[in-house]
Amino acid sequence: MSMIKVKNLRKSFGKIEVLKDINAEVQEQEVVCVIGPSGSGKSTFLRCLNRLEEISGGEVVINGQDITDNKININKVRQEVGMVFQQFNLFPHKTVLENITMGPIKIRTTDKSAADKLAFELLDKVGLREKAYSFPGELSGGQKQRVAIARALAMNPKIMLFDEPTSALDPEMVGDVLEVMKQLAKEGMTMVVVTHEMGFAREVGDRVIFMDGGYIVEENEPNELFSNPQHDRTKAFLSKVL
Amino acid sequence: MDIISAAIPMLLKGLQVTLYIFVIAIILGFLIGLVIALLRLAPSKILNWIAKVYVDAIRGTPFIVQLFFIYFGVNSLQLVSLNSTTAGIVTVAINAGAYFAEIIRAGIQSIDKGQTEAARSIGFTGVQTMRYVVLPQAFRRMLPTITNQSIISLKDTSLLSVIGIADLTQQGQIQASATFEAFKIWLAVGVIYFIIIYLLTILANFIERRIQLR
Ligand SMILES: Nc1ncnc2c1ncn2[C@@H]1O[C@H](COP(=O)(O)OP(=O)(O)OP(=O)(O)O)[C@@H](O)[C@H]1O
Ligand SMILES: [Mg+2]
Repeated sequence: MSMIKVKNLRKSFGKIEVLKDINAEVQEQEVVCVIGPSGSGKSTFLRCLNRLEEISGGEVVINGQDITDNKININKVRQEVGMVFQQFNLFPHKTVLENITMGPIKIRTTDKSAADKLAFELLDKVGLREKAYSFPGELSGGQKQRVAIARALAMNPKIMLFDEPTSALDPEMVGDVLEVMKQLAKEGMTMVVVTHEMGFAREVGDRVIFMDGGYIVEENEPNELFSNPQHDRTKAFLSKVL
Repeated sequence: MDIISAAIPMLLKGLQVTLYIFVIAIILGFLIGLVIALLRLAPSKILNWIAKVYVDAIRGTPFIVQLFFIYFGVNSLQLVSLNSTTAGIVTVAINAGAYFAEIIRAGIQSIDKGQTEAARSIGFTGVQTMRYVVLPQAFRRMLPTITNQSIISLKDTSLLSVIGIADLTQQGQIQASATFEAFKIWLAVGVIYFIIIYLLTILANFIERRIQLR
C-alpha cells in the first residue's frame, strides 16, 4: 500500500524554483533514503511531505489524503507523520518526559498517567529512562536526538521523516541514534531519511533516491545504486562520499 | 515629626490608589500588548499595519497628552463618560500596552523557528504552538524588560494627579501645602515610591530565578 505518493511536486522560494518536478512513491513499511549534494532540495522535499513548507504545485498524498488540498486538516495529518530534525528542536523549558507527553496530552487528550506510561516505554526503547526528569539542556546531542525520536513516536505515527538526524552529532554519538532508527525500521515503520550516512542507507534502506538541482536524478535499491549508478551526476556525487 | 506621622496615613491612602490603578492597568496593558504583538506578527498586512500604527502613535506622543486626550478629549465627545480613575487606568494601560507589544514581539521573534516547526510537526495548531511552546519560552527571556516597563508605568501613574486622582503624588501635594513641610513630605513620598519599586524588583528577580532554575 502506498503511504506517500508525490506527483509533479514543485516548490519555489520567491522566484527561485527549488523542487522542479518531483515524482516519488513510498510503500508501507518501506525505508527510503534521500541523498544528494548540499542545496539539492532534500530538506525541502522532506518538509513538503508534512507541509512544513507551503507546496507550490503538484500533489502530495499522505496515507490517502492529498495534503495540497486546503480543505484537509493538516494538523490531523501531521499527527500521523513524525519528524526528526537535524537540530533536535526539543522544547528546552520542558523535561524529557514532558517533551514526549505534551503531544498525547494536549492533542490526543490522553490522561497524564497513560501518557507517562507510554513515554517511559518509549524512553526504554531509546535507552534513556533514567533521563526522564532531566531538561534537554542537560543531555548530550545523541541523547537529545533519541528523545526527539521518542517524542515523535509518542503520537503513534504511521510515517517517520528524518532530516539528517546525525549530522549535528559528535561521531561517537552517531551509532546510538542509527541503532534506534534501525530498530524502528525492523519494526516496520515507514521511513524517509535524508542522510549522509551511506552505510545506513546501504544497510537499512530499501531504496535510495539521489537528488540534484531540484530533481530526482536516479533511484534504486541501495546496492544497485551505489555499485552501478546510471547517471554521471550520481557517479560524481558517490565518488566524493563513498 | 508629629506633622509627618499625621500625614503618613494620608500618603498611604494615596499609595493604595496608586497601587490599585497600577495593578489593573498593568494587567490590562499586558493583555493589550499580547494582542497587539500577535497582530503585529499575524499573516495579514492589514492587521500588521493596525498594530504598527497603534504602537507608533503611543510611542510618538507624550504620556500627558495621551492622558488629556482620553480624559478631556474623549469625554468631550459625550459618547462615554470616564471618571478620572477610569481615564487614568485606561491611559496607563494603553500606554504600557504599546511598549509591552514591542517587548513581546521581540520575545516571540527571538525563539528559534525550529521550536515552532517541531511543535507543528507533532500536530499542534498555531495557537497551541504559541501557548505551549513559544510564549512560555519567550516570557522567560522578556521578564527583565517587562519588569523595566512595569516600573516606568508605575512612575507614570504619578502624572495622573494632574486630573485630580488622589494617588500618592496628589496626597503628597495636599499634605505638603497643608503642613508647610514640603521637604519632609516629598522626601517621604519619594521613599514610599522607592520602596514599592524596590519590592517590585525583588519580586521580579525571585520569579526570574525560579524559572531560570530549569
Ligand atoms: N526558506 C528558504 N528561503 C529561500 N531559499 C531557501 C529556503 N530554504 C531552502 N532554500 C534554498 O533551497 C535550496 C534547497 O535547499 P534544501 O535545504 O532543501 O537543500 P538540502 O538538499 O537539504 O541541502 P543540505 O544538504 O545542505 O541540507 C537551496 O538552494 C536553499 O538555499
Ligand atoms: Mg538539508
